[in-house]
Amino acid sequence: MANHSEFPLWEVFIRSHGGLNHKHAGSLHAADAQMALEHARDVYTRRMEGVSIWVVPSAAITASDPADTDPFFEPAKDKIYRHPTFYDIPEGLKHM
Amino acid sequence: MSTQVSLEERFQARIDAEQKIEPKDWMPEAYRKTLIRQISQHAHSEVVGMLPEGNWITRAPSLRRKVALLAKVQDEAGHGLYLYSAAETLGISREELYNELLSGKAKYSSIFNYPTLTWADMGAVGWLVDGAAIMNQVALCKCSYGPYARAMVRVCKEESFHQRQGFEILLTLSKGTPEQRAMCQDAINRWWWPSMMMFGPNDSDSPHSAQSMRWKIKRYSNDTLRQKFVDMAAEQIRVLNMTLPDPDLRWNEERGHYDFGPIDWNEFNEVLKGNGPCNRERLAARRKAWEEGAWVREAAMAHAAKRQQQSVQSH
Ligand SMILES: [Fe+2]
Ligand SMILES: [Fe+2]
Repeated sequence: MANHSEFPLWEVFIRSHGGLNHKHAGSLHAADAQMALEHARDVYTRRMEGVSIWVVPSAAITASDPADTDPFFEPAKDKIYRHPTFYDIPEGLKHM
Repeated sequence: MSTQVSLEERFQARIDAEQKIEPKDWMPEAYRKTLIRQISQHAHSEVVGMLPEGNWITRAPSLRRKVALLAKVQDEAGHGLYLYSAAETLGISREELYNELLSGKAKYSSIFNYPTLTWADMGAVGWLVDGAAIMNQVALCKCSYGPYARAMVRVCKEESFHQRQGFEILLTLSKGTPEQRAMCQDAINRWWWPSMMMFGPNDSDSPHSAQSMRWKIKRYSNDTLRQKFVDMAAEQIRVLNMTLPDPDLRWNEERGHYDFGPIDWNEFNEVLKGNGPCNRERLAARRKAWEEGAWVREAAMAHAAKRQQQSVQSH
């Protein structure tokens, strides 16, 4: 009974208040983008959890590989000079 | 072989360190299978669970009660969706999951195979059935599998009104006429033991529990959660001025918990096997909804395909 017409999967991103980022909220199946938006509104914002919704076909997302996490993020690891605490400043110096 | 062992050791070490497991992470096949079974059963329970309450939406005694019940049933549909989505991250399709429900192969919570006979049942279901479900679900918010844990956080936020609206229904009836009080007590009597069974077999008869605890899919044992539920209900029933149908129920000073009587596991097993009062009716209702919705799904796909074609042509 494998169905060739199963609705594709969409990822739902919601902006909860003006001024905030869209954040991943979950996923759902829908025939097209319009239906995905309407379903996302009906399941993910029933209690005013959002002021804006993005839907993205799940298949369009490229993700980093968890097996490569260490080497992939390695370049940032030894660059402590990117943080303000790396720098020595005199104790009395104000507003810095 | 040795790499397999080290993979499993590393996996367990991550769990022990309270790290969340995410969909693309390596995981033992048995962990994946256990989660698919548990999350899909949970999803099916939300979906089938809409039926006993849906039964009363058109007969709610006031508009206030009607909008509340409708909102609750809508929430349960949403819970089904969050859970199916979590199960799908483990590599099984929605269609496979749904077919397992419709074919009768998959299980769902036995509680939903009991009938809702009177309006008071809406109160008892909200108070006891959602109450028991919340107890299970709060524990699952800390489950080791990320998508399941996150779905549970959403679900728990939404559940709190379910139990309150149920309690309010019972409280109103408990202050009503003698007939309304009797109806209230009758509903509590019928829903109490099936709710107690929602926590599953006693720990001594729950063979998979130990592994699930090691994997932190489960955080508390069946009996621990059941005791918490009894302690909660035994106090709240006094506010209703009603009784729980258990002659053995009494406070045990030494244990700091309420003692309670034995559970009829024969009944539980019969319902699980498909011989409960509503098993056939519930599945028939889900199949009917699926079959009668087929043309809508097909039309939506055809419409989407046509619109896409039009947008390709117009560019
Ligand atoms: Fe629910
Ligand atoms: Fe609920």
